[in-house]
Amino acid sequence: MDKEKLYTATAGDDDDRVDGIEKVTGRAKYTADHHPENMAYAVFVTSTITRGAVKNFILSEARNAPGVLEIITHLNCPPIPGFRPWAKDPAKKGFEWRGLKPFDTNLVYYYGQPIALVIASTWEKAVNAAALVKADYITEEAETDFEKFRKEPGKLKPSGEYKRGEADAYKQADVFVENEYHMPVETHNPIELHATIAIWEGNEKLTVYDKSQGPKGTQSELARNFGLEEKNVRVITKYLGGAFGSSLRSWPHVAAACIAAKMVKRPVRLQLTRRQMFTMVGYRPMSWQKIAIGAMKDGKLTGITHHAISNTSRYEDFREGIVNASQYLYDCPNVNTSYKILPLDINTPTWMRGPGEASGAFALECALDELAYKLNMDPVELRIINHAELHPVSKLPWSSKFLKECYDKGRELVGWSKRATTPRSITEEGKLIGYGMGGGVFGASRGNATVKAVFTGEGKLTLYSAVSDMGPGTATAMVNIAADVLEIPVAKISFLLGDTEFPPGPTQGGSTTTSTMGTAVNLVCEMLKTQLLELATQPTAWFSGMTTSDLAFTNGYVYSKNDGTKKISLGDLVKASGKPQLEIIKESGPDPAVRSKYAMNSFSAHFVKVAIDPATGAIELKKVVCTGDGGKIVSPKTARSQMIGGAVGGIGMALTEEALVDTKTGKYLNDTLGSYIVPRHRDVPFIDTWFPDKPDPVINPMGSKGVGEIALVGFAAAVANAVFNATGKRITSLPIKPSMLK
Amino acid sequence: MEKHDHSCPGNSRREFIKKSTALTAISMTPAAIVKAGENHEAIASFFEKTPLQMEVNGKAVQVLVDPGVSLLDMLREQLGLTGTKKGCDQGHCGACIVHVDDKRVNSCLTEAVDNNGKKITTIEGLASGDKLHPVQEAFIKHDAFQCGYCTPGQIMSAVTCIREGQAGSETEIREYMSDNICRCGAYPNIVAAILEAKNSGQKI
Repeated sequence: MDKEKLYTATAGDDDDRVDGIEKVTGRAKYTADHHPENMAYAVFVTSTITRGAVKNFILSEARNAPGVLEIITHLNCPPIPGFRPWAKDPAKKGFEWRGLKPFDTNLVYYYGQPIALVIASTWEKAVNAAALVKADYITEEAETDFEKFRKEPGKLKPSGEYKRGEADAYKQADVFVENEYHMPVETHNPIELHATIAIWEGNEKLTVYDKSQGPKGTQSELARNFGLEEKNVRVITKYLGGAFGSSLRSWPHVAAACIAAKMVKRPVRLQLTRRQMFTMVGYRPMSWQKIAIGAMKDGKLTGITHHAISNTSRYEDFREGIVNASQYLYDCPNVNTSYKILPLDINTPTWMRGPGEASGAFALECALDELAYKLNMDPVELRIINHAELHPVSKLPWSSKFLKECYDKGRELVGWSKRATTPRSITEEGKLIGYGMGGGVFGASRGNATVKAVFTGEGKLTLYSAVSDMGPGTATAMVNIAADVLEIPVAKISFLLGDTEFPPGPTQGGSTTTSTMGTAVNLVCEMLKTQLLELATQPTAWFSGMTTSDLAFTNGYVYSKNDGTKKISLGDLVKASGKPQLEIIKESGPDPAVRSKYAMNSFSAHFVKVAIDPATGAIELKKVVCTGDGGKIVSPKTARSQMIGGAVGGIGMALTEEALVDTKTGKYLNDTLGSYIVPRHRDVPFIDTWFPDKPDPVINPMGSKGVGEIALVGFAAAVANAVFNATGKRITSLPIKPSMLK
Repeated sequence: MEKHDHSCPGNSRREFIKKSTALTAISMTPAAIVKAGENHEAIASFFEKTPLQMEVNGKAVQVLVDPGVSLLDMLREQLGLTGTKKGCDQGHCGACIVHVDDKRVNSCLTEAVDNNGKKITTIEGLASGDKLHPVQEAFIKHDAFQCGYCTPGQIMSAVTCIREGQAGSETEIREYMSDNICRCGAYPNIVAAILEAKNSGQKI
């Protein structure tokens, strides 16, 4: 095992990321950087048909290739307890390994599906041998054309309807708009390739290095799948090289690596290739949406109708909240929505940053913009007129909402007053100038987490949790929260994470980590503070005769409020108590009483200024402003980076990202980072960010709601709306390409 | 299946070794070993390996590599220098960028054997002991990363960007740095960090 790594604040700026030095020196160890002794390498062989079955494998050449240790197929894969748990116990229906079960059967569900795994002494040898594996297939007709099959109602699975007031009330409005919106497959493609290293000790103990947003979740999935006790499965994710949702669940390669290591009785590393990152770890599904909005002449909304269809795979249903924001982002008496999914013969989608809302907000926020033009009204004013004071679905008050402040600041920073109300009115240096905005929303909540705190005689605090950090800076935020409670310097606080040996932490996703983990850190530090005060006021102690209310903390010391010179360091206090250290472990969870009284959401408003070359259609972002109400910002520097990162994701969604799925074979036609275009340095201008930074009074002790998703939700609409303002062309299909604007 | 862009066709190389290298050495090699070389992987692979000498992060290094091994995989798997990252293995993302004879190179696109006798600098060789390189310091100060996975490649590119005089303006920096993808989207902070390091007056 690698030496434990402590995230310790450095002596530099208090604002700096606590793991910054590890990251800039190359010392930070990500999953594939681990190299247990005697490790072998595994490489997948993938299907070259779209639907059917493997008739037989021809493995002789591959088996005889240099360095090959084993080739796993459905023919020699040992029985995996979690693949068909119901075979032994009918009550376990639904408890099986989720999604594709590698090497379970010979069935092929999509092009690029793993059908065999080659394990060899080196990676190069595994790659070479994998190329020698041959398979004969029985093929069946496949359906991969989303645009064609979404129009066949019999192929769709209903996934929820909602109605308040009258359905399709927009039709009776003074003014209404209706339009269809299209989004392609978008892939997470974190730069770290997904990887798993599996190490068995005997048949009962499994250690796994894995690229996981939730080590505890992965531990429990693996324990179930291999029939092990949870305590005998250890999952380690010390550093996570981005994920954006792709590591929220365990994919087939995680199980495959464990199967392989068991079969060859050696540690095995299975790292996906970049091409396999398109076919094995999910994506944002492609979607079709139809939205219609009606309003009175004064701008008051009277009806919203929003229908959506997104794709799933043939072997798994995936749904997301694509029409939800239309139900509650604005005050409107009549709303009806429907959502359906279309199974296709491609791999399963999954949550990707701002899941559901990011797709839905593209349609909703563009439609509002279109309506504003029809009403001859400022798009921001239209939103303010329809600002929801209560949550329109639950009728509960919001725990906090500073969206209007976001509108005001965003307008100011982008220079909204220069915006022309008529498209194609402004040119600068021969380019058409346009301004646009889009709003965003996402749920805010808090879940369960346990934290252990150890405080030593040296005055050092170490916090432990199994949670992992895909990049936003969880350790940095937690160290800041602890420093606030105990008033000790951040340099004296460490946060150990990413290991199931530590107390259970949440899966990092849905903008809940700071809220959930922070609450647990806050709680454990408050308890520590109480213990320290009790030590200080014991009869024999430094402040005997005083009560805890006479004392206060500052910079690692406790002092008397009446006599500031009378002080003792917290470390000395522990030493004087005769205890080697103070240790507290505490679980915290959501407060159901609060949950039932309030609606909780984060909100954002994005503003952009674009310049478009009328000859080529080339789109340049001149200004980008992202404002977000995420409650209290506990770590300003990293929160700003998160907001910038969301905007960059939004630039990709708006202008570059589109995974092309072949309509005949379901093959990804641009499955490299050279052809699936993500934003690069040259595509990204300076990005201005602003937070109201107002604590939410109820969500958690810090008042923090989270910003990870709202950073992206609504951004693509802001770009599309600016493009309309510049050119008069309403683009309803992402990404927006120069050829659409010429 | 994918094949590494630069992997040597294994079989023909093996054939060549069995028929030529091993056999031309026959005068010094007992016949039994040559026979074993035809049958046993361990011995055959010994004959396939190529000895290389390089200067890596200021130290002379001798290493035996298989054909087809990229410089990236040699650094990571054989020398344990895992700071250099594999992001695509296709030269698209820049996570694997190192300096070869002071020029930036995608280490996934060059075979280890083609770097014999060269001077390699990786992210691990940039700081002087505990003293961070000015670009590393500027990256921390400007929070020029989130997950940190692309960061070694970004920093190695940033250093040559400044050294090669390509950091004159934000636009120039963005163009030069566009070989390095940051999926977390830290681009504006990276540009700010490079400008600060360049303008700090320190030796880059």
